[in-house]
Amino acid sequence: MRKYEKLIFELSKPGRKAYNLPALDVEDNDIKNFIPEEFLSDSELNFPELSEVDVIRHYTNLSNKNYGVDTGFYPLGSCTMKYNPKINEDAARYDGFSNLHPYQSECCTQGALQLMYELDKSLAEIAGMDKMSLQPAAGAHGELTGIMVIKAYHEKNGDTKRDKIIVPDSAHGTNPATAAMAGYKIVEVKSTKDGLVDLEALKAVVGDDTAGLMLTNPNTLGLFDKHIKEIAKIVHDAGGQLYYDGANANAILGHARPGDMGFDVVHFNLHKTFSTPHGGGGPGSGPIGVKKHLEEFLPVPVVQKDGDRYYLDYNVPYTIGKVKDFFGHFGILVRAYTYILTMGSDGLKKASEIAVLNANYMANKLKEHYYLPIDTLFKHEFVLGGLKDTLSEVTTLDIAKRLLDKGYHPPTVYFPLIINQAIMIEPTETESKETLDEFIDAMIEISKEASENPQMLKDAPLSTVVSRPDETKAARNPVLKYEG
Amino acid sequence: MFPYIPTTHEDEQEMLKSIGLNSLDDLFSDIPEDMRLNRELDLPKAKSELEVSSYLKELEKKNCSLSEMSCFLGAGAYDHYIPSIINHIISRSEFYTSYTPYQPEISQGTLQYIFEFQTLICNLTGMDVANASLYDGGTAITEAALMAAASSKKDEILISKTVRPESIQILKTYAHMQGLKVVEVEMKDGVTDLEDLENKVSDNTGAVIVQSPNFFGIIEDLKATGEIAHKGKKTSFIASVDPISLAVLKKPGELGVDVVVGEAQGMGIPVSFGGPYLGFIAAKSEYMRKLPGRIVGQTEDKNGKRSFVLTLTAREQHIRREKATSNICSNQGLNVLAATIYMVTLGKEGLKEVALQSTKKAHYAFEQLTKSGKYKPAFDKPFFKEFAIISDIDADKINEELLKEKIVGGYHLGKDYPQLKNAVLYAVTEKRTKEEIDKLGSVLEGIK
Repeated sequence: MRKYEKLIFELSKPGRKAYNLPALDVEDNDIKNFIPEEFLSDSELNFPELSEVDVIRHYTNLSNKNYGVDTGFYPLGSCTMKYNPKINEDAARYDGFSNLHPYQSECCTQGALQLMYELDKSLAEIAGMDKMSLQPAAGAHGELTGIMVIKAYHEKNGDTKRDKIIVPDSAHGTNPATAAMAGYKIVEVKSTKDGLVDLEALKAVVGDDTAGLMLTNPNTLGLFDKHIKEIAKIVHDAGGQLYYDGANANAILGHARPGDMGFDVVHFNLHKTFSTPHGGGGPGSGPIGVKKHLEEFLPVPVVQKDGDRYYLDYNVPYTIGKVKDFFGHFGILVRAYTYILTMGSDGLKKASEIAVLNANYMANKLKEHYYLPIDTLFKHEFVLGGLKDTLSEVTTLDIAKRLLDKGYHPPTVYFPLIINQAIMIEPTETESKETLDEFIDAMIEISKEASENPQMLKDAPLSTVVSRPDETKAARNPVLKYEG
Repeated sequence: MFPYIPTTHEDEQEMLKSIGLNSLDDLFSDIPEDMRLNRELDLPKAKSELEVSSYLKELEKKNCSLSEMSCFLGAGAYDHYIPSIINHIISRSEFYTSYTPYQPEISQGTLQYIFEFQTLICNLTGMDVANASLYDGGTAITEAALMAAASSKKDEILISKTVRPESIQILKTYAHMQGLKVVEVEMKDGVTDLEDLENKVSDNTGAVIVQSPNFFGIIEDLKATGEIAHKGKKTSFIASVDPISLAVLKKPGELGVDVVVGEAQGMGIPVSFGGPYLGFIAAKSEYMRKLPGRIVGQTEDKNGKRSFVLTLTAREQHIRREKATSNICSNQGLNVLAATIYMVTLGKEGLKEVALQSTKKAHYAFEQLTKSGKYKPAFDKPFFKEFAIISDIDADKINEELLKEKIVGGYHLGKDYPQLKNAVLYAVTEKRTKEEIDKLGSVLEGIK
């Protein structure tokens, strides 16, 4: 690979230009004539000056330092790094979708509103819920919106004593962070040695101060909690509401629905389950679905239909208000809807089947060489607990770094917290058996290297553009911008 | 078979056999029977690309794209020029199909452009630190307010009525959940009423929030506002800004602002029916460890090579869980890249030219629209690229008439401010030509 080590600022040269605007065609009035001088800047903008070829070369070279799903296997547990279909990208760029102002009159935006309405109905059907809000910008944002809806529900019932949200100890960090952001205290409930919610422990913590329980099913260990109906009953009997973290929805599409398991609110990650791209960190989309009794609390506006007319409804009686500017990440909604239209009821169901098949196939092969703490039927992901030789000095971090040398993005590491040296693998359905076999071979090689030549793993990665950047130094002496 | 699922029937059989199962259905035996969905999903079956695109094109036709219209609508989302280079770079799959850069060795591309973005935002705003972005301008205001409240341990937030109404609504939604008090500061002649602000600031105030240019397009006096805000003990002064305006206006960092937030959609991101957009936050160095969201830092790798990593992660949800500074898990990724490319493509001179053309055309439009006296200025204050004019004619009627001439009219302020019934807010960017502006003027003149 070509060596490229410049920052964009280092390419700047005074007088270079990468843009051209039409000449000003109205009277050239000095800005000082209409804006008081005290408001005007008296210095030049400290931005670079480049030509278009500089910009293209720079970002093309940066892209060469990256690894995407289109490059290779990306088995990040809990992230569902499935293939991002290209037709989705085209659709989001249709002029009539991308070049639409949110405040144009409704007669001019019926296509967009219809798309949102149909997506709403499709997601509600997949989730087994009654109504969606497409407003949240990301999964964590959807979680927050859902918890706020629950809070509003309790407030309307005068149930203000309910100040606690219960979260399993296997939960993703956003769950407790979200609950705290909604003004709740968090109570952690322990998992059994099988990684499921401990029913007795749960019964011990619910009470009349329980606002709700946040749960992922299958959970972060890839296990379907078959006691979900009992869990729902325990929480509902105590007067709480049940929140479904949809991060793992790819495991059950068309096979089971959170709405049928007793959940009151769900969120989906469109950038996971519904194939919209991760974009190097965003933008995503985290729509929520609610059962009827919570519809009146949804953020405004909600997309509704009256005969043939689609409209934005701001008359939601006990709405929590707004969680975002405008209506949601429309560009992402277009991609997700395109995916749902393409896959259809049969394709979505198949996707889950193969996602689950792939995970179980891999777990079965890898357990010969790695420690599989819970060995059972998984759903779409599974967690290893590091090497079989627990006395090895080789850590999960070393294994991950060595995988980089083998040409792979490593799986999720050190999560969930309840498994020591955790390696969480989620292959998804868009990978071939050949890819899985090659990855398994690489993992087996690494386990051998760990016993024959552990130093090589400690030194890994050896073949990447940088190796083991000093994160401690970065945090201790933060350098967060270019100083020149 | 499905194009996105490579597994053949043969593969399925082989794999099932290797794990000792007979059918795909066996894979779901861990789900109790009474929870299995024993029917097909009530959705249409799979479709080919041709059928899908044909259907979506039908939907697209029911929309009036801005490329067929002259757009004078702003109010938080703007029709600015988007350089063609942006789409080509953000379409590179190494950028858009990659994940959050948690493995820095194979994410230097992503990490570096975020570092460049943070630098540009700091340079633009005159602040010390910036993060890797937030969802949008509205949630950025809220995150800044929550940060200020938490760090000062005060529970009262003052926000001017001249801030974008939806953004105020978002703040109220979040504040209510945390038991924080939101107090609105009155407006006077289209700007924050500084007397009212002075009366309201106290030692209980965690933050004072204003917007400049404000929702009416008017430039607020940040310096004077800041002096009043800082009369409160440990009060943070937060300003929401239009990043393009900072190419010609004084930097908030030089005017006493502690935290700058804003919406960067105008910098290279299409209007796209409201999202996804790009919020940003930048602050004085003392806020560094309190900022929400991702931050990229520069460091060295084990061979001494300059590298970039996610840093100060002890603030974030995956480390601190319920003690995190925010629950935000992501940033706006690809939109950050788009805005970064925009900023470096336009560069030092280009951004200034966009700002100057926008404001000069806006002032030309203002002259044209108010010269006959049929429409009067709603306010008498300096503005940047948006202005409000008022008349007796119903605002909806005005926009209906404009629509017939393929003009997207301005935002009816009466929807949010009862005292501004029939006042319309017009936005003019560098994309509007003299002809379009003259046509707007003549059509408006002709409305009875």
